[in-house]
Amino acid sequence: MIVVGELINASRKKIGQAIMDKDAEYIRSVARSQYEAGADYIDVNAGIFVEEEADYIKWLVEVVQQEVDAPCSIDSPSPAAIEAALTMHRGTPMINSISLEKERYETLMPIVAGTDFKVVALCMSDEGMPETVDDRLEIADKLVNGLLRNNVDIDNIYVDPLVQPISTNKDFGTGFLNSVEQIIKRFEGVHTMCGLSNISFGLPNRQFLNQLFAVMAISKGLDGLIINPLDRRMMANMIAAEALAGRDQYCANYLQGFRQGLFDI
Amino acid sequence: MIEQGVVESAGQCLIKGSKEEAVSLARQVIDGGADPVELMNLAFIPAINEVGDRFGRGQLFLPELITAADAMKAVTDVVNEVLSATTTVRSNKGTILIATVKGDVHDIGKCIVTSLLQANGFRVHDIGRDIDTEKIVEQAVQHDVDIIGTSALLTTTMPRQKELEELLKAKGLREKFKTMVGGAPVTPRWAQRIGADAYAEDAQDGVRKAEQLLAIAVS
Repeated sequence: MIVVGELINASRKKIGQAIMDKDAEYIRSVARSQYEAGADYIDVNAGIFVEEEADYIKWLVEVVQQEVDAPCSIDSPSPAAIEAALTMHRGTPMINSISLEKERYETLMPIVAGTDFKVVALCMSDEGMPETVDDRLEIADKLVNGLLRNNVDIDNIYVDPLVQPISTNKDFGTGFLNSVEQIIKRFEGVHTMCGLSNISFGLPNRQFLNQLFAVMAISKGLDGLIINPLDRRMMANMIAAEALAGRDQYCANYLQGFRQGLFDI
Repeated sequence: MIEQGVVESAGQCLIKGSKEEAVSLARQVIDGGADPVELMNLAFIPAINEVGDRFGRGQLFLPELITAADAMKAVTDVVNEVLSATTTVRSNKGTILIATVKGDVHDIGKCIVTSLLQANGFRVHDIGRDIDTEKIVEQAVQHDVDIIGTSALLTTTMPRQKELEELLKAKGLREKFKTMVGGAPVTPRWAQRIGADAYAEDAQDGVRKAEQLLAIAVS
């Protein structure tokens, strides 16, 4: 299981403000707390700034990696921003994300081709957002095969089947879950990951729904999550769910988590 | 004259999201001789505003807002049908063109905005999602709208809202329309920076801002 800490995102007000104020101290503290809570990658996003995005995301990478010894998930659809971030990045980054949208696909593919980067492949195309399992599989097929042709190892591909809100269509949850199952069956060795918060958009008690949905997705084989790692119940659920889903040999992670007090919530 | 009981029932139908009950109530009241315009102004419009307010306060949730807006649309259709038969002209607060910008396929929020604007007496041309800036301007001219509202849900598509401002200026049309922007990554700062006339936080705010832009006294 790979955990990407999602908190350093400029669309969150405090982060956006900290970026404008060049408040490195605050960014560092958010990076540190996510890292200590178990994030494998620290997501950095400066998307709301549009014109200054490349400069700001580069600065975020620098500040985050001064504080923690973890790779970043470079969260942008813009090749200019990703390239700027890469000039500063140490280690092997995650690129979040490529999609089948023509412009995004064509401009990002050369950046990831032949690299060891982890690549999130988002199931979205110029035809819009996929609604059914078949829509998602069709996009995933083109993305995965495109990445393989460009010498990206299957073990570095994380397909994101795209979570959509159940508040607008009751079948969006099962559509996602069944897609995870089908994608890992069809492309042996590929990973799946997602952000969760869309699932509960427009509903109360969002955190509770997000936590449960993570467990349901893990049971289908999902092995990457873009989440708030400071959500202790989410992290505990995730470790327990992996053990219950048969992906924790000798329950070693579960027991380690127990000894670290992760289940004392 | 609309009885207080009808006002309350209208509210309950919308809050429950019951399209059938809302339509049957509307038909019943109109068949009973009430003025359809009054029925809208005194019962259903305050009711949908109440739904919008409660949604804004976190007491009602998105599926409830969607079903309420759906019920409201059905009632509006009934009323319009009666009105077109009796040739009374329905009050129109103003005409608004709504679109999600080019490259952006999100439309949940935009459709909610459209429903609430219609429910509040605006004439709305929702021309869809992933719409070219040129086409937005073209359609705005063609429908002779008062306001152009654009939605952008991605940081990558926000620049299209700026492009719209520039295209309007280049064509000498900027003074002809008011512009309103919205969408998750859009901020008041962005609106101000690109020179849009208003920023709307959500659908209810969109109605408020549209009324302000057209200087309509809010009841």
